Amino acid sequence: MIYFDNVSKLYNDGRSAALQEVTFQVDPKEFVSIVGHSGAGKTTLLKMIIAEDKPSHGQVFFESLDIHQIPRGKLPRYRRKIGTVFQDFKLLSNKTAYENIAFAMEANGRSDGEILENVPQALALVGLDDKAWNFPNELSGGEKQRVAIARAIVNQPDIIVADEPTGNLDPIATYEVVQILRKINDLGTTVIMTTHNKGVIDELGRRVITMEEGRIIRDDANGKYIL
Amino acid sequence: MLTGIKRVAKAGFIGFWRNAYVSLASVFVITVALFVIGSTMFIDQLLTVSLKNLQAKVDINVYFVPNAPQTEIDAIKNAVAALPDVSSVTYTSREEALAIYRDRNKNDEIAMQALAELDDNPLGANLAIQANQTSQYESISRFLEEKRDLASPQNPVIDDVNYNENREAIDTLTKIIATVEQTSFVVLLVLILAAIMITFNTIRLAIYTAKEEISIMRLVGASNMFIRGPFMLQGAMYGIIAGIISLLIFYPAMIWLGPHTEAFFEFNIFSYFVSNFAYIFGVLLGSGIVLGLISSILAVARYLRT
Repeated sequence: MIYFDNVSKLYNDGRSAALQEVTFQVDPKEFVSIVGHSGAGKTTLLKMIIAEDKPSHGQVFFESLDIHQIPRGKLPRYRRKIGTVFQDFKLLSNKTAYENIAFAMEANGRSDGEILENVPQALALVGLDDKAWNFPNELSGGEKQRVAIARAIVNQPDIIVADEPTGNLDPIATYEVVQILRKINDLGTTVIMTTHNKGVIDELGRRVITMEEGRIIRDDANGKYIL
Repeated sequence: MLTGIKRVAKAGFIGFWRNAYVSLASVFVITVALFVIGSTMFIDQLLTVSLKNLQAKVDINVYFVPNAPQTEIDAIKNAVAALPDVSSVTYTSREEALAIYRDRNKNDEIAMQALAELDDNPLGANLAIQANQTSQYESISRFLEEKRDLASPQNPVIDDVNYNENREAIDTLTKIIATVEQTSFVVLLVLILAAIMITFNTIRLAIYTAKEEISIMRLVGASNMFIRGPFMLQGAMYGIIAGIISLLIFYPAMIWLGPHTEAFFEFNIFSYFVSNFAYIFGVLLGSGIVLGLISSILAVARYLRT
């Protein structure tokens, strides 16, 4: 479903590299964790998938589509196939939880009827039915991240890309978020997640890609957190 | 499509309302810009009208000798009227001249007594000639001087030709006003440019606060138009509100200024304001909308690239 073909990313100085000759594939319905120290290239990798960053060499494919050949005008349409979750939540602070989720559907051109039906469902899935009309600054970190996940899944994307989703959360909230991601994966959505959290990896027991200095140094089907 | 427009409109209104302080600042700045633009229009109008008024006051008077034959007077009058530079010729007969003199000096007893001593009307007929342009008086006056010199010295027809007594003063004043008009044009142009720049910058800063928001919108797959739309609507709303506010400021200001300008420039700015209200309304509101809209589009464009 996602295929990195010998991808390198050089910085503007032309010498230091964020990614070096990265090749790997993610199959549908997989749950892949990417681990590594800060600066190992995890986030750059994810940015390539959502077309926020371009490789210097190599290609990234979404199914048979070369992501970086998509014309700028068609990028929004492509991004709608992907749900994104970030460490800093990236919620619209002037919109309520409900509106944040509804916005992703509006941007997708969904009808009012669908929005009315799907937003409460997404909120229920992340267990936030009662916080629908709260603004982000009225929510805890874990709640914010759950809103972000609800927003990411509401359009039924093919894939969820989560960059350090538990990075800012306490252990209980971390556990909840991981359980939700696992539930989403069980429902059939591919999940690619970066993390620092050993506990999360060991608890998941799914595929783990380990990165170091822009290279993939280990790729285990039933990985443990080894660094 | 329709739902899209509806959503953009709704987002625009909500954005306007939830960012009330930013909206207020933007409206304020555009109001100032519109105020400068409006003032420019009014000042320009005042200067143009007062220049015209002054020019209308400049004329050449031809004084005929009291016993000049009417046929000769008519001949000269027609000859002058036929000149291409002449815009109008006003004939005042001997009787009318006397009546005007009496009226003007009715409180001056000595003048009245002197007039009573005379058997005959001492005043001659005269012509007041106006040219299309101030610069043309020179040639008209030369033409009249020639006429006078051509007549036989025994039977003169024209007694005197002169520009209006104030001619030099008016000439100077005309020059001053023309200079003021040019200078003020440059000054106001600079002011307008400054106002526009400040508006652009304020809105850019206002939208800078939305930078994060725009990047999030892109992440969830919003199209550029879907992101830009609400900001454009907000920009246009700033313009509309600022246009209305500036009119609300101008209206009482014009009521107050009307009599003053009437006295000084012989031009009532308030009646100009009222009779050209639709035009002024259109210019102010239009400039406001254009300012707000373009500022917003430019500001958002920065974050939509890449």
